Amino acid sequence: MLKYLLEKEIKQFIRNSLLPRLVLFMPVMMLLITPWAADLITKNVKLVVVDHDHSTFSHRFVNKATASDYFLMYGSSGSYDQAMELIEKGDADIILEIPHNFERDLMRSGIARVLISANTVNGTKGSLGSSYLSQITAGFGEELSKETGRPLVVEPRSATLKVVPNIRYNPTMDYKKFMVPAFMVMLLTLICGFLPALNIVMEKETGTIEQINVTPVGKITFILAKLIPYWIMGVIVLTLSLVIAWLVYGIVPAGSLLAIYTGFVVYVIALSGFGIVVSNYSATMQQAMFVMFFFMMIFILMSGLFTPVSSMPDWAQKITLVNPLRYFIKIMRSIFFKASTVADLWLDYTVLVGFAMLSNLWAVLSYRKTS
Amino acid sequence: MDKDIVINTDKLTKKFVSFTAVDHITFDVRQGEIFGFLGANGAGKTTAMRMLCGLSKPTEGKGTVAGFDISRQQENIKKNIGYMSQKFSLYEDLKVWENSRLFGGIYGLTDKQIADGTDEMLRKLDFEQERNTLVKSLPLGWKQKLAFSLAIFHNPKIVFLDEPTGGVDPATRRKFWELIYDASERGITVFVTTHYMDEAEYCDRVSIMVDGRIDALDSPKRLKEHYSAQSMDEVFTKIARKAQRGD
Repeated sequence: MLKYLLEKEIKQFIRNSLLPRLVLFMPVMMLLITPWAADLITKNVKLVVVDHDHSTFSHRFVNKATASDYFLMYGSSGSYDQAMELIEKGDADIILEIPHNFERDLMRSGIARVLISANTVNGTKGSLGSSYLSQITAGFGEELSKETGRPLVVEPRSATLKVVPNIRYNPTMDYKKFMVPAFMVMLLTLICGFLPALNIVMEKETGTIEQINVTPVGKITFILAKLIPYWIMGVIVLTLSLVIAWLVYGIVPAGSLLAIYTGFVVYVIALSGFGIVVSNYSATMQQAMFVMFFFMMIFILMSGLFTPVSSMPDWAQKITLVNPLRYFIKIMRSIFFKASTVADLWLDYTVLVGFAMLSNLWAVLSYRKTS
Repeated sequence: MDKDIVINTDKLTKKFVSFTAVDHITFDVRQGEIFGFLGANGAGKTTAMRMLCGLSKPTEGKGTVAGFDISRQQENIKKNIGYMSQKFSLYEDLKVWENSRLFGGIYGLTDKQIADGTDEMLRKLDFEQERNTLVKSLPLGWKQKLAFSLAIFHNPKIVFLDEPTGGVDPATRRKFWELIYDASERGITVFVTTHYMDEAEYCDRVSIMVDGRIDALDSPKRLKEHYSAQSMDEVFTKIARKAQRGD
C-alpha cells in the first residue's frame, strides 16, 4: 500500500511547479550568500595614519597594522586635525597617531605611546576597530622586545573610547566556518519540517484527505508516505550543501561524514514528526504556516545559531534544552571543527532520538481518521 | 437480523456542542438497493453519511455497515465501502490512470488487477483517450463519472455518494445514473444523497430528512400515494415545509 502512496507523493512533488526548483535553489542561495552577510567580524575598518615620527619603527608599525585584514589604509595625514576632518566626513573610521620621538622614546625608556581615536558613530566598527588596533599595538611591542632582547612596551592610548581587549578563542575567527554548518541545519529544518506539514494541510483544504480517510489506509502508512519524499529531499540538500561548503568555502568536516548523516537521520525524523503534529492541529494552510513560523523563529533564535547558548540567561538556557535545533547545531559544529565522534556526542544524539520518538508518537496519535 | 441488511441504524445521533445534527434516526438498507437519502440543506444528510462511513463517531445510538459496528469497527467498514464526496476528491494533479492505480493500490488490488480494471473502466466510460490526461483538465461531468467509477473500482459492498451530481447538466446526470444502475446490478448497494427530485424517482426507496430526523421512508411510488402527490418534488415540498432550520 505504501508503494502506491509513495508513487503518488513523488509524482505530485515533481509535478509541482515550484517545489523541486525551490529545493535545489534554496540551499545554493542560502549557502552562497548568507554566510558572507552573517559575518559578525568587522573588517575593512578605514584607518587614517598621522605619523609625526617618520622613523623605521613607525613605518614598521603602520605596515603591521595595515597588513591585517581588519584595516584598510585609507590614507595618511599631516596633522591630527586633518585626520579628524576625514572622520567627520565619514570617510575614515579610526585615527592612529604616532607622536614625535616614538622610536627614540621607545629605545630610551622602553615605553612609547600611540593615540587611537575611533569614530563611535558606528559603535561596533569603532569599538572593535580600536580593540583590534590595541592588540596589534601590543603585538608590535612584543615583536620588538624579542628582536632587541629588551622589554619594550608600545602603549595604546584611546582617545574617545575605553578600549576593552576583546579576546576570542579563535584569533582568526572565521565566521563563515562557524555559520555554514548551522545554516545546513536551518535548511534541513525548513525542508523536512515545514514542507510535509504544509503538504498535509493542503490535502485537508482540497478535501482529498477525506477520500484517504475513508479508505483502509493506515495512519502510519499515510504519514510515512508523506515524509519519505522529504527525507530523500533532505539527503539531497545536505549532500549538496556539503559540496558547496567544500567547493566555495573550503570547509570540510573534520569528523566523519557518517556521524553527520547519522545525526541528520535522527534530527530529520524528529522534526518532520513535529511538522505532522502541527498539521494535525491545523485546519487551514494559514494556521499551519503561522504556527510553524512561530516555532521556527523560536527554534532558530534559541538554538545557538547566532548567539551562543552559554551567554543566554539561565532561564533561556533551560528553554533551549527542549529545542532539537540546539542539539543538531552543536553536533554539526562539533563534527566540523573538533572532529567529534558519535561517541563524544552520545548525549546529544540520544536526546534527538528521544525527540524523534516523542514527536512521531504524538504525530500518529493526533492523526485521526475518524473525528 | 436479516442477512440481506447491509446498513442498519438504531437511534443514531450526532450532536455538536448544543446542536443536534442527526437526531435519533433508525433505518435499514438492503443489499443491492438504491437508497436515496433526501433532505434540505442542513438537514443532516452529510453528517449521517459520514458516521456510516466511519469518518465521524456517533454521539448516541448504534449502527452497523456491512456487518461492522460504526462506533468501533470503522477500519473494517472502510475496507468494504466506496465513497464519493460532495467536494470533488480525486487528485487533480495526477493523471486518470494514476488515480485509478492509487485507489486500486490502497484497497490492496494487485498491479495486474489494477491495470485490467483501469482498461475495463476506461472502455466502459469511453474514456480511453483520456488515460494520460491530468484530472484537473477534465470537464466536471467527466470528473464525476470518473470519481464514481473509482469509488466502486475495488468492488465494495456499499458505495456512498454524497450529492454526486451537484452542478452537472441533466444529460450528464442521466448518464451518471446509468452508471449507478449498472453498479446496483452488480450487487453493489448504493446509498445516495441528492437534491434533485427527478433523481429520487430513480431510487428503490427514499428517506426524507427534516431537521436531523427521518420524516418519511418508503418507495417513491408509495410516498406519492401516501402524500397524494404527482411527483417526488411535491412529496418533498410537503414534508420539507415543516422544517425549522436550514438555509
